Amino acid sequence: MSAHDKPEPIGGPLWTPAFKILTAISGVGALLMIWRFAAGLGATTGLSDGYPWGIWIAFDVVTGTALGCGGYAMAFLVYIFNKGEYHPLVRPAVLTSALGYTMAAVAIHFDVGRTPFIYKIPIFPGWWNLNSVLLEVALCVMIYVGVLWLELSPAFFEQWQKKGAHPALKKIADAFSPIVNKLMIPILAVGVLLPSMHQTSLGALMLLGGQKVHGLWQTPFAPLLFLITCIAMGYGVVVMESQLAMTVFHRRRETQLLARMAAVPAWLTLCYLVIRLVDIILRGRLGLAFAFNVQALMFWVEMALFIGGTAMLFSPKSRGTAQGQFQAAMLLVLAGSLYRLDAYLVAYNPGRNWTYFPAVPELLITVGVVAAELMAYLYIVKRYPILGGAAEAAHN
Amino acid sequence: MTVDRRTLLKGMAAAGALTALGSAVEPSPEARDRRVPPPDAMGMLYDATKCIGCKTCMVACQDANDLPRDTRNSAGLYDAPDDLNSRCKNIIKLFKDAGRMSYMKSQCMHCVDPACVNACMMGSLKKREHGIVTWDGARCVGCRYCGIACPYGVPTYEFEKAWPKVVKCEMCSHRIAKGQQPACCEVCPRQAVIYGKYRDLLADAKMRIANNPGLYEPKVFGETDGGGTQVLYLSKAGVSFQDLGLPDLGETPVPEMQQVIQHSLYQGFIAPVALFAVFGAVIWRNRKSAGEEVKS
Repeated sequence: MSAHDKPEPIGGPLWTPAFKILTAISGVGALLMIWRFAAGLGATTGLSDGYPWGIWIAFDVVTGTALGCGGYAMAFLVYIFNKGEYHPLVRPAVLTSALGYTMAAVAIHFDVGRTPFIYKIPIFPGWWNLNSVLLEVALCVMIYVGVLWLELSPAFFEQWQKKGAHPALKKIADAFSPIVNKLMIPILAVGVLLPSMHQTSLGALMLLGGQKVHGLWQTPFAPLLFLITCIAMGYGVVVMESQLAMTVFHRRRETQLLARMAAVPAWLTLCYLVIRLVDIILRGRLGLAFAFNVQALMFWVEMALFIGGTAMLFSPKSRGTAQGQFQAAMLLVLAGSLYRLDAYLVAYNPGRNWTYFPAVPELLITVGVVAAELMAYLYIVKRYPILGGAAEAAHN
Repeated sequence: MTVDRRTLLKGMAAAGALTALGSAVEPSPEARDRRVPPPDAMGMLYDATKCIGCKTCMVACQDANDLPRDTRNSAGLYDAPDDLNSRCKNIIKLFKDAGRMSYMKSQCMHCVDPACVNACMMGSLKKREHGIVTWDGARCVGCRYCGIACPYGVPTYEFEKAWPKVVKCEMCSHRIAKGQQPACCEVCPRQAVIYGKYRDLLADAKMRIANNPGLYEPKVFGETDGGGTQVLYLSKAGVSFQDLGLPDLGETPVPEMQQVIQHSLYQGFIAPVALFAVFGAVIWRNRKSAGEEVKS
């Protein structure tokens, strides 16, 4: 690997028009969040006793953490399967993961009704209900957010140790960098273990919904299906993020590297499709897919996205081009996201004529959090060494 | 060496997946004991053939539990909840269909193996004395997983408040502690709902069916449904329990599928620790063979 593969800050102005728009959007979200805490969930969301969970759980937490599985997927490839050539993709992937998981953690704070009591979870282990899958998710996610920022911390330390950094930051970097370096192997191992655990559990959560969850989604295989798709989504996000960063910041394209990697998500989603369909057929639930209702429709949209993305990844022609890679990755990311939104919302039917549609403030808060996440991304890649392949004429 | 490690990892992944699948496809009964009501279990028996729909129990419930009248559906005039909600722990509903009619009392079923208790992260909802499922505000984070889990749609939430509580029937455990009975049972003019020892109530219910087979549906709802409930139901002949709005759960406890899968994955926390050790060892080895300094 040549010198220009070393990650470097992009530099450039921060206060761009795009950044200003994002600031406005997240500002609206922040104001609405204040209202939510003052007025309660009823006034600001579409939630009800019938639908106690809405988009803040289904999108921000369940889908958000799956979109944040890029770091997990890359860590598996690079550190476990020892594919060092993919190392340049790790840092950006860990950054998107850290931001995705942090967003989920923030969302939990405004979704639960008795927010300060969240901190009783780590403080009172004696109260833990070890049968609660949600407890497992909560603890895993809490730890994993910290693990991700630790995995990313060398990027910050590197920058703070450069000439011109604030002396206080340099002191921090000098003090903590050797400690983090020493602990990096267990940190990385925990970083691969925890998502394997809680992404499976996110699939197991709705098992408790029993008959309230539609037969096309309610299956004992849900934990496995969630695990497989979160890894596939992780690769998808890495490809999309990588392609977008290359275009927006004029980095050197990694098309060949990404093309080689495409086999992993392709086989994963193929496994997913086989398990999902065989399970539905063996359980005698295929008929549900041909009913005239929104669940059947969403099922087929999901299937079309998964099959489309998988087929593109298997086709050497489309996975060899930057455009084909981006489209395939986007299809898989959309497919995995829709699978989650469906499993948690579309498939959930509490009966008694309950309905749910997110309220406007509820949606705007989610949009605001995503905007804040993008702002953090832009700030960090511009000021810290995350992206490799320094600006030069695009190859490939 | 690389081949060995890959084979090992693939084998492990496959073994792990197979274990998960095996447990998922065939929940083995040994994996989780079926619960039985505790020895001191108390319960309620609602006999729909006796209920006249006077709703005295609803008023008594609100008074006993300091609940406000729910006048939201009647322009502030009188108590008229349309379902269980955060101001209504107990409701009498009417089933009417082509000449058939019956009243139905809805409240917490106090399941033998409650899905809400399994869901609850910190043990806020728990089967406490007499097997009664009660809510402990000190432990509740307000996550509402109980609402997702309950097959009867019972736990409700004060969505209108900035510091919400979970509201559900707690069988007037505060009155039971004083030697009284639940308010609804105390005031019922027809003894359509009675309070007593779970075992006695079950025997009583079966006796009523045996003595009057033409009057009743030939089943006590709650004896085995969803693993059993401490609140038991008798319905009029010709009016099924599903007509009354109760789900057809079969005999499997609602939490069973999830718990069998989760417990086989996490048995003794061995799998996570072993995976951590293997991941750590593999990463260390890869690092060493790459001859790199540890960096991320």
